[in-house]
Amino acid sequence: MEPTNINDPEYFHKVVDCQFACPAHTPVPEYIRLIAAEKYTEAYMVNWESNVFPGILGRTCDRPCEPACRRGRIEEEPVAICRLKRVAADNKGAVKHLMPKAPKEKNGKKIALIGGGPASLTVARDLAPLGYDIHLYDEWHKGGGMMRTQIPSFRLPESVLDEEVNYIIDMGIHTHFNHFVSSMKEILEKGYDAVFVGTGAPKGRDLNIPGREEADKNIHIGIEFLASVAFEHVDKIGKKVIILGGGNTAMDCCRTSRRLGGEDVRVVVRSPFETMKASPWEIKDAMAEDIPFYNNMPPKEFVVENGQLTGVIFGNVRAEYDENGKRSLIPTGEPDVFMEADDVIIAIGQDNSFPWIERDLGIEFGKWDVPVLDKVSFQSTLPKVFFGGDAAFGPENIITAAAHGHQAAISIHQFCHGNDVYDRPPPMTNLIRQKMSIHEWIYDSPVVDDVRYEVPHEDKKFTLNDRKVEVELGFDISTGFKEAQRCLNCDVQTVFDTTSCIECDACVDICPTSCITFTTNGGEDDLRGRLNAPANDRSQDLYVSDILPTMRVMVKDEDVCLHCGLCAERCPTAAWDMQKFLYNVTKAGHTCTK
Amino acid sequence: MTFIKPKFRHPLLPKNKIGYYKADYEGAISTLCAGCGHDSISGAIVQACFELSIEPHKIAKVSGIGCSSKTPTYFLGKSHGFNSVHGRMPSITTGANMANRDLIYLGVSGDGDTASIGMGQFVHVIRRNLNMVYIVMNNGCYGLTKGQDSATADFGSISKAGSINPFEAIDLVGLSLELGATFVARSFSGDKTQLVPLIKAAISHPGFAFLDVLSPCVTFNNNKGSTKSYDFVRDHMEATATIDLVPEEEEITVAYPEGSTTSVSLHDGSTIQLQKLAPDWNPTDRRSAFNNLQSAKAKGEILTGLLYINPESQDMHELVETVPSPLNSLQEKDLCPGPEALDKINDSFR
Ligand SMILES: Cc1cc2nc3c(=O)[nH]c(=O)nc-3n(C[C@H](O)[C@H](O)[C@H](O)COP(=O)(O)OP(=O)(O)OC[C@H]3O[C@@H](n4cnc5c(N)ncnc54)[C@H](O)[C@@H]3O)c2cc1C
Ligand SMILES: Cc1ncc(C[n+]2csc(CCOP(=O)(O)OP(=O)(O)O)c2C)c(N)n1
Ligand code: SF4
Ligand code: SF4
Ligand code: SF4
Ligand SMILES: [Mg+2]
Repeated sequence: MEPTNINDPEYFHKVVDCQFACPAHTPVPEYIRLIAAEKYTEAYMVNWESNVFPGILGRTCDRPCEPACRRGRIEEEPVAICRLKRVAADNKGAVKHLMPKAPKEKNGKKIALIGGGPASLTVARDLAPLGYDIHLYDEWHKGGGMMRTQIPSFRLPESVLDEEVNYIIDMGIHTHFNHFVSSMKEILEKGYDAVFVGTGAPKGRDLNIPGREEADKNIHIGIEFLASVAFEHVDKIGKKVIILGGGNTAMDCCRTSRRLGGEDVRVVVRSPFETMKASPWEIKDAMAEDIPFYNNMPPKEFVVENGQLTGVIFGNVRAEYDENGKRSLIPTGEPDVFMEADDVIIAIGQDNSFPWIERDLGIEFGKWDVPVLDKVSFQSTLPKVFFGGDAAFGPENIITAAAHGHQAAISIHQFCHGNDVYDRPPPMTNLIRQKMSIHEWIYDSPVVDDVRYEVPHEDKKFTLNDRKVEVELGFDISTGFKEAQRCLNCDVQTVFDTTSCIECDACVDICPTSCITFTTNGGEDDLRGRLNAPANDRSQDLYVSDILPTMRVMVKDEDVCLHCGLCAERCPTAAWDMQKFLYNVTKAGHTCTK
Repeated sequence: MTFIKPKFRHPLLPKNKIGYYKADYEGAISTLCAGCGHDSISGAIVQACFELSIEPHKIAKVSGIGCSSKTPTYFLGKSHGFNSVHGRMPSITTGANMANRDLIYLGVSGDGDTASIGMGQFVHVIRRNLNMVYIVMNNGCYGLTKGQDSATADFGSISKAGSINPFEAIDLVGLSLELGATFVARSFSGDKTQLVPLIKAAISHPGFAFLDVLSPCVTFNNNKGSTKSYDFVRDHMEATATIDLVPEEEEITVAYPEGSTTSVSLHDGSTIQLQKLAPDWNPTDRRSAFNNLQSAKAKGEILTGLLYINPESQDMHELVETVPSPLNSLQEKDLCPGPEALDKINDSFR
C-alpha cells in the first residue's frame, strides 16, 4: 500500500469515530475531557459551536455517534456521549457572553428563513453575527419547530428549549411568528437576497382502511396529536388507546397517551419487533411505562358501532425476505384479531409538503415532491433559494438539521457576496503533542474498565401523572465524571515517524490490542490477511508507514486502538507520538480556499 | 500515566488448542527501558507458549540477577517462578527439576549473569544435560549496573563512553557446543520469525536447550561501534536455516526446493523443519556446526538459527536413573522403606 497521508485532515478525522459519525462533526472527545475536568461551560461551548442545541440534544439526539463509538467494538456498550452532553448543559455557568453577537452595523443583506425549526435557527446563528438582517417566519407563536410541537415535555422541558432557541432569537432576529407562509412568490417579491426553506416534513401519513371516515372523531394523526397536546388544545384521551406504527413518533404518542388518561395503551406494528424504526432506548422507555407491543399485525378495519369507534381488526403476518433482502409480509392464515379502542393514533410516517411553493418560480421538484437540490450547497434550481433540515431530503433529526443549517449558511454567505457556492472553507485542524514526561501525557491515557452507566429515571408515580415532568434525571456530577472517563480519547492520535524507528518491536509487544505489525508491504487485501490480529473491518483504515531499513513497513490497524499511548511510552526514539487532533468544521464567514 | 496495561484485547484474537488466549500468557507490564531487546524476547516467549498450548501452571521460570533476569515478571504471569541470586539460576533449576520433573523449566539469564559470575554453574548444568531451556539475553554489557562491558563484549567493541574493549569475548554458543550441549541455537530479539520457532523447538527438546539471543541494550550499548546494537546485529546476521516447528498431529505443508530441506524428529512427536541457508551444514552434526560457526566468525558474520541438535538426547533423570514420579511427591515410606528393604539390598551383595 501507499504510505498513509496523515496530512489529509480526513485521515485522522475518520479515526475519531464519534466525531466522524456526527452529522455536525462535534469534537466529542474534546468536550468529554472538559466534562471530566469539570469545565462544563467550556464543554457546553464546544458543543454549541458545532451543534447549537447542546441542552436539547443532550436529551433528545438520535446519537449516530454512539453506534460508531470505538468503545462499542472493544466491549459491550459505547460511551454515553449524548447524556454527557447534557451534563455539560446542566452544569454550565453563564454562556451568553461567550456567544457571538450581531453587529450593530449590518452588512446590507436581507435573508428570509421559512420555518422556525433547528435548521433555520442554525442558519440564523451563523449569519446574524456576520451582519445579516434575518427574518424568520413560523406558523406557531414561538420558535423551535418540531422540537417544540412534537417532542414531548417529559423528554424535553420547555425551559431548556426556550433557553437555547432564545440565544439565537436574541441575536436580533426579526421574527414573524404566527405567520404561515402561503406563497413563496410573495416572499420572493419582498426582495430578500436569499431565502432558506426550513419548513420540515410537516405532513403526517394517514391510513385509509374501512371505517376511517366514520370513526374520524376518535382517530388522530400522530404529529397533529402531539402538536395539539404541546399547545394544550388536547389534554385527555380515552382509556383504551391503540397506536399504529413502530417509529419514534409512535413512542412519543403512546407515552403521551399514558399521561392523558390512557390506561390500556398498546402499540400495534405490522412488522417484526426487531425491524421497528424506533430507537432502542425509546422502545425501552415506553416498555418501562407498561406499554405492550404487538408485532406482525397489520390493521384491516376500524370498527364503528352506532357512529362510535369500538376497536380495530388486525390480520396476522410473518416477514419473509427474498435474496435481495427485500421484505414482504405474508399472511399466516391465523384468524383476525379484534382489539378494543376508544381512540386510535396513526403514527406511520411523515412527508414533505410544499403546497405553498408555486411551481412556476423556477424551483424544481423531483420524485415524492421533494425539491431538486445540490447535496453540498443545499441550493435549489432557483439560485437564491436554499433548503435544509427535514425539508431538504425528508425527515431526519435535529442534529442533521443543524448540520444542514451550517452548510446552507456557508452557501448563502458565498452567494450573497457573489462567490462560488462550491468554494467552501476547509476544516480547521490542529495537531498538538501530548507529551509531559516519560510516563505522563496531557490527557488521561489509562483505560478504565467501567461499563456504561445508566441514566436514572424519575419515579413513574410522578411522571405518568404530569406530562411535563421530565423522565430522565441526567447523570449527577460524579457519575458524569466516571462515564466521561470511559472515553478512549480517540482524537489523541498515534503519529508514526518512519525515520526515527529502529524496529525494536517494543510497540508491537506492548500494544494490548495487537494493532501494530511490522511486515513486508503488500496490497490492502494481502496485508489485512497477515497482520498480528484479524483486520476484517474495512471501514477502519490501515495506517501504513514508508519503507523501513529492513525493507518492511509498519502497519497499524486503527480498528480497536485504545489510544492508551503505551506504544509511544515504550518507543525508545519517540517514533510513535501521541498528538491531539482537533477538527472543526469551518462556519460561514471564515476564509475560503481562494 | 500508564503503568497499567489495559485489560482489553483485540476481540477477534483466537484461543489456542486448550482454550487459552495469548493474554493468558502475559505478565505484568515491563519496567525495563523503552525499546530494550529483552522485552521482545519476553514477547517471543509468550507467543511460543501460546502456540504450543502449554498450560501456564506447567511452566516454572527461573532467573538470576540483571535486567534480563527481571523479565520473568513480564511474561507468563500465571506460571511458577523463582528469581534467584546472581549467577545461581542453574543450581536452583537443578534442584527444582530434581524435585519435580513434570514441569517445563525456563531459565532466563544475562551475559553477565552467565558468562561472568555464573560461569561455573553454567558449564556444569550443560554437562548434566538438565532438561531445561536456558535463554541468555545477550547485550554485551551489565545493563542493570549501568552498562559495563561483560565477558561477551567483542574484542574492539566500543562502549557508549568511548572505551575500546581490549579483551577477547567468550562465545557462549561455541562453549556450549564444546561442552556437549544437546541443543544449541542463536537468535536476535528483533527477529521473531526466527526466535519464536526456536523457543518452541527448545521447549520441545528433552534435555538442555541453549539459546543465545542477541538483545540490544538501548540505553547503554546501542551506540555506533558497539557490536551488540540493533543496527550492527541486523547488518551482520546470517542464518543457518529458516526454522519451523511442526506439531505431531499436523502435516508438513510447506514445499521447498529439493535438497535444501532437512527435518529433525523430536521425542514428543513434533518435527523441526529446516530450510537450509548454509548448504554444508547438518543440524545433527556437531562438527559441521563448529565449522559453520568458525567460518561465519572469520567473515565477521553472526551465525544465527539452530546450530546443533542431538535427537538422541538423554536428560539428567535418564542419566542418573531417578524414579519417574516427581521426588517431591515421594512420601516418607517411599524414601525410608524400612529395615526389611535395607536387608534385601544388603542380601543382594552377599
Ligand atoms: C414525534 C416526533 C419526535 C421526534 N423526536 C426527535 C428526537 O427525539 N430527536 C431528534 O433529533 N429528532 C426528533 N424528531 C425529528 C425532528 O424533530 C426533526 O427532524 C427536526 O425538528 C427537523 O428540523 P427542521 O428545522 O428541518 O424543521 P422542523 O423542526 O420541522 O421545523 C419546521 C417549522 O416550520 C413550520 N412551517 C412549516 N411550513 C411552514 C410555512 N409554510 N410557513 C411557516 N411555518 C412553516 C413548522 O410548523 C415548524 O415549526 C422527532 C420528530 C417527531 C415527529
Ligand atoms: C553477587 C552479586 N554481584 C554483583 C551484583 C551486581 N550486579 C547486578 S546485575 C549485574 C550484571 C547483570 O548483567 P547481565 O546478566 O548481562 O544482565 P543485563 O542487565 O545486561 O540484562 C551485576 C554485576 C549482584 N547483584 N550480585
Ligand atoms: S471512545 Fe471516546 S473518542 Fe473514542 S469513539 Fe468513543 S466517544 Fe469517541
Ligand atoms: S495507543 Fe498504541 S499501544 Fe495503545 S492500543 Fe493504540 S496502537 Fe496499541
Ligand atoms: S539498561 Fe539496557 S538491558 Fe537494562 S532495561 Fe535498559 S535497555 Fe534493557
Ligand atoms: Mg547483559
